[in-house]
Amino acid sequence: MLKAHSLDDIVAAVRNANAAHAPLRIRGAGSKDFYGGLLAGEVLDVAAYRGIVAYEPTELYITAKCGTPLAEIEAALAEKGQMLAFEPPHFGGANGGSAGATVGGCVAAGLSGPRRQQAGAVRDFVLGVKLVDGTGQMLNFGGQVMKNVAGYDVSRVIAGSLGTLGVIAEVTLKVLPKPVAETTLVFECDAAEAIRRLNEWGGQPLPVSASFWHDGQLWLRLSGARAAVEAATGKLGGNPAVNPENHWNSIREQTHPAFAASPLWRLALPSTAPSPALDGLRAIEWGGALRWYAGDVDGDHAAIRVAANRLGGHAVLYRAPESLRCREGAFTPLPPALLALHRRLKKAFDPAGILNPGRLYAEF
Amino acid sequence: MANMSKNNNAVISVDREALERGLRRVLPAHCLLLGEEDLRPYECDGLTAYRELPLAVCLPETEAQVIDVLRTCHQLGVPVVARGAGTGLSGGAMPHAQGVVLSLARFNKILRVDRAARIAVVQPGVRNLAVSEAAAPFGLYYAPDPSSQIACTLGGNVAENSGGVHCLKYGLTVHNVLRIRVVSIEGEVFEIGSEAPDAAGYDLLALMIGSEGMLGVVTEVTVKLVPKPELAQVVMASFADVAKAGDAVAAIIAAGIIPAGLEMMDKAATAAVEPFVKAGYDMNAEAILLCESDGTPEEVAEEIARVTEVLKTAGASDIRVSQSEAERLRFWAGRKAAFPAVGRITPDYYCMDGTIPRKRLAEMLSSIAAMESKYGLRCANVFHAGDGNLHPLIMYDASKPGDWERAEAFGAEILELSVALGGSITGEHGVGIEKINQMCVQYATPELEAFHRVKAAFDEPGLLNPGKAVPSLHRCAEYGRMHVHHGDVKFPELERF
Repeated sequence: MLKAHSLDDIVAAVRNANAAHAPLRIRGAGSKDFYGGLLAGEVLDVAAYRGIVAYEPTELYITAKCGTPLAEIEAALAEKGQMLAFEPPHFGGANGGSAGATVGGCVAAGLSGPRRQQAGAVRDFVLGVKLVDGTGQMLNFGGQVMKNVAGYDVSRVIAGSLGTLGVIAEVTLKVLPKPVAETTLVFECDAAEAIRRLNEWGGQPLPVSASFWHDGQLWLRLSGARAAVEAATGKLGGNPAVNPENHWNSIREQTHPAFAASPLWRLALPSTAPSPALDGLRAIEWGGALRWYAGDVDGDHAAIRVAANRLGGHAVLYRAPESLRCREGAFTPLPPALLALHRRLKKAFDPAGILNPGRLYAEF
Repeated sequence: MANMSKNNNAVISVDREALERGLRRVLPAHCLLLGEEDLRPYECDGLTAYRELPLAVCLPETEAQVIDVLRTCHQLGVPVVARGAGTGLSGGAMPHAQGVVLSLARFNKILRVDRAARIAVVQPGVRNLAVSEAAAPFGLYYAPDPSSQIACTLGGNVAENSGGVHCLKYGLTVHNVLRIRVVSIEGEVFEIGSEAPDAAGYDLLALMIGSEGMLGVVTEVTVKLVPKPELAQVVMASFADVAKAGDAVAAIIAAGIIPAGLEMMDKAATAAVEPFVKAGYDMNAEAILLCESDGTPEEVAEEIARVTEVLKTAGASDIRVSQSEAERLRFWAGRKAAFPAVGRITPDYYCMDGTIPRKRLAEMLSSIAAMESKYGLRCANVFHAGDGNLHPLIMYDASKPGDWERAEAFGAEILELSVALGGSITGEHGVGIEKINQMCVQYATPELEAFHRVKAAFDEPGLLNPGKAVPSLHRCAEYGRMHVHHGDVKFPELERF
């Protein structure tokens, strides 16, 4: 294992790996080792390259080194009443034993939490990255301002690229004020009714910031100005939730029993898509657009992918034994022309193919 | 007045007759313009200082024709410049002298508005405002609202990642487009993004949006629609000092408020606008701020009260809250008419588009004031204050020898200062041909090389909008300006204005 304590360490590790054509497996806290394809290559541990570089509450951005734990960033933001609005999971931290997710891993994986349906995804908040590409070249894309259309928007592409285009050394994220008021309501209904209601509410000017359906119960979180939350509460009915913070935290961290399945499939669909003809629906999030299914190790994996594609979405084999993820691929296969484009783009940043090979797709 | 200094046409030689034959084979006569008088209207976009006649203008009506045109050009090695309404302000749609303009103007159909799913599927030649008009019966609208929204097209918005006065709260084009269909230079069709919250693979949508027609030609766009707020109200505040107005903007954000719009105009801008629009602006103020709140009536009342309190504490000399929709629109009318109003008091103006950290605003404005004396030209400033995007309008007279050259140098100095202050040379208008030299200041060689590799991954022969958006390293060497890294300028001991 290589441990990087500085930017120079990262650059040196990548240069050596590039020269030797020896794959590197980039790792922050390792909280998402379960996610994606094959874990191959020598570990490049960047957790020690950490710390907040700049935080400007009135400019609405924070810049941090890749190994900075999300917990540290969120604590700094909370002091000024601000937050990472996409509510990324920590998968660990205070209760989980390990240090919890780092900001570099958070951007690389591109996973967002419950507030994504209102605020947007990780990529919507990435303003800039300092990237070490596969040749060891340091590159700065984007910046610290909200609006910047100079050059291609490479920093947003890095979100969700699983470390295959470069080592994220530093990242700048847009931050937002925490809502003044928050209330959670609970409704009793089946899945189809939940999808119908969520889409109906989505078309109205209501401050819905999260939704979660599981086992006959629909949880709805309202966030915003006090008056707006109160007005919506009066309009929607439902029962006020007990201990809503714990509940939403268990969704964000996926410690809720709904996520306790292996294999666990993540289906991203148009929010109005009817339920696919699949067994094992565990949960619905994001206003109907995110659906979780329990799979079967010996089940028909292709059928799940086909069902999601037919409905205009895609299916991720999210949590599963590594052998199964390697055999089936974690992500929906790309059409040939798009795959070829991905390979060319990969080559533009990592010509020797040494950064997290196979983590996104087995082909690169 | 044509200025050819930045035009980049020398390297390519094209067999004009073969091109005409090839295009005639794939397009009906009414979709192809070849005569000089027909080509003339396409010689520039909204940035009229740069002009070039193309060899041909193609006006395809189907995606199959777009594919055929691109294949033909690919085969013959002919540059292709895609064009929407031609309202862009950076010369992104300026033709190539040896190339073809591919106009998407006839792709003007709204294919689907899905009320339940809150999406619209449109062709790229559909006007921005037309999308919101089509969605209005359902209480929905398309959020990005560039000031040219009555004319600019969705395809152009995708190419430029357009913003608007409401993007602080509702985001840019990149936050509101879900899916696009793209044709590559080889004529291959890609579906990028989806109606689901994410798609498999790299987020190519983020790469395509704002790529200025360099990576592919968009033939269909799916956008997100959002519920129209029940009410909007605007607070107008006057300040005797621009620095105080800048501080007020920071104070609003620090109070945890993200207004629907937050705009600033300086005295030169209000002086130009008021006689024209009669918006009721305070003519004695050095700067006025417009702060809009939207949402439910209760929410708006709560936010307006908080904003008013913050503005008072920040030292506003006068505060007015719109009392009716008519008054709200009047307050905005001045801001929206700022460009034409300035156009009335000067023969020509040159609009800049830098972004800066908000806290550097006062510094930027005093530097601009110094540049006005240096270049002997006046400048009015309108500012998307909420997101740090400044539009200085440099006034000049194109008929006076040397005026345009001074305006251009004035603008270049503003952009380079934007970078030095930690910002960007363009917030929403794009690089195009206009800011191609300043890209050498914003980015160092390794980043520019990476951009060229990205371009080649999509467009290997480099035929899509060549010479725009990303400068060649050779050009940067010729321009001779250095990339400023984290504010470390050469000769740091010298004062810079």
